[in-house]
Amino acid sequence: MSNLQTAEDLSSNLFQIPALETFRRNLDINGLDLTRTHCTTLQVNVGLLCNQSCKHCHLEAGPSRKEIMSRGTVDDVIDLAGKFPFETIDITGGAPEMNPHIQTLVKNLAPLTKTLILRSNLTAISEKEQKPLLQLLASRKVTIIASLPSLNEAQSETQRGRNSFATSITTLKKLNSMGYGLPDSGLELNLVSNPTGAFLPSSQEQIENRFRQMLAQKWGLSFNNLYTFANAPLGRFLTWLEGTGNLESYVLKLASKFNPCTLDGLMCRSLISLSWDGYLFDCDFNQALNLYMGGNKKHISDLYALPGPHDSIAVSEHCYTCTAGAGFT
Amino acid sequence: METYYQPKDLNKFAEISEGAPELAQKFFDYYTAVFAEGELTQREKSLIALAVAHAVQCPYCIDAYSQDCLEKGSNVNEMTEAIHVATAIRGGASLVHGVQMRNVAGKISL
Repeated sequence: MSNLQTAEDLSSNLFQIPALETFRRNLDINGLDLTRTHCTTLQVNVGLLCNQSCKHCHLEAGPSRKEIMSRGTVDDVIDLAGKFPFETIDITGGAPEMNPHIQTLVKNLAPLTKTLILRSNLTAISEKEQKPLLQLLASRKVTIIASLPSLNEAQSETQRGRNSFATSITTLKKLNSMGYGLPDSGLELNLVSNPTGAFLPSSQEQIENRFRQMLAQKWGLSFNNLYTFANAPLGRFLTWLEGTGNLESYVLKLASKFNPCTLDGLMCRSLISLSWDGYLFDCDFNQALNLYMGGNKKHISDLYALPGPHDSIAVSEHCYTCTAGAGFT
Repeated sequence: METYYQPKDLNKFAEISEGAPELAQKFFDYYTAVFAEGELTQREKSLIALAVAHAVQCPYCIDAYSQDCLEKGSNVNEMTEAIHVATAIRGGASLVHGVQMRNVAGKISL
């Protein structure tokens, strides 16, 4: 496990790297302010149980994790979405497909928001018993955001584990056959490509063009959009960075690519992130540090108003991930 | 000095401007323009740079373009093939000069 300082002690550098400026001080030096705007998105983490143990996972999700959202918290989420009109609701995990209440959540949230998203690793959903869930997602026009780090099997599986690549391709074929990712079908299929190591992603547009060309050419596959995200130095990825001696150079690289223009579009400004046990965070990465929303521990059952413009956002040095280069919005 | 090559020195490359700033400016402008997306993609250019880096055996360039190739979406198999292209041309360049050897030998031999 990593040697991170406790999240409560944010007065010094999270990674204990002498040459690294704290994220907060970096904002101050540049005369920048990072506060909230109007809240439009609810992200729901339904649990850390996953069929994979990806090496870059900031929440260290995996098959042995027991943390999973209960039916009571699922009901709280549905109540919250009924009370506040979120433009987007984004269901994530772990593998959300493995939460036994996932169908209840999808059925009840779909009518309450313009865009309902389910994040899939493309392997958990390939199981036979997930067929009804797939049909439900299509019938409710749920957007699927799927992980596919690389077009190369070996490179992809260094991150996601053995046999994950072929299964992912099979699932993408199945999704395409249902209309997902095809023009004018109304069924959106977006891909996410995270780097398979301690390096940053390239231009999203260039990677998207290459994936579109190669997936069509090799497997006849289509998708709508592709997003490239840098890996956050947290959880299992942090442990790998420390173990391989890559932590300092990786974090300093993220910090050296700090781009003030990314601040306006950062997801933490307009999103609330809910953990499997119902606590509120400014983003999913902050869950890895128990860094609660605005710095205050609050449960969904105590949320009577959404955070609003100029409210504070809890930050630490892992935030350099989302501000590097083109950013993570 | 333990070795002529220090990885940290790569970050000092821009300091070369201090000697001849106008020439350095022209070089770095040209360098930036060469690696911009054009008829070749940035990914393809990075693979060419990696191959050339091995041909000229520049440790700085190998370090920089190994990372850059990965960041541009290439994988180790593609990068290895690119190095084989450089190796084939380097080896071929030696071997093809065998034609000159044969010309000389032929001229002076019975």
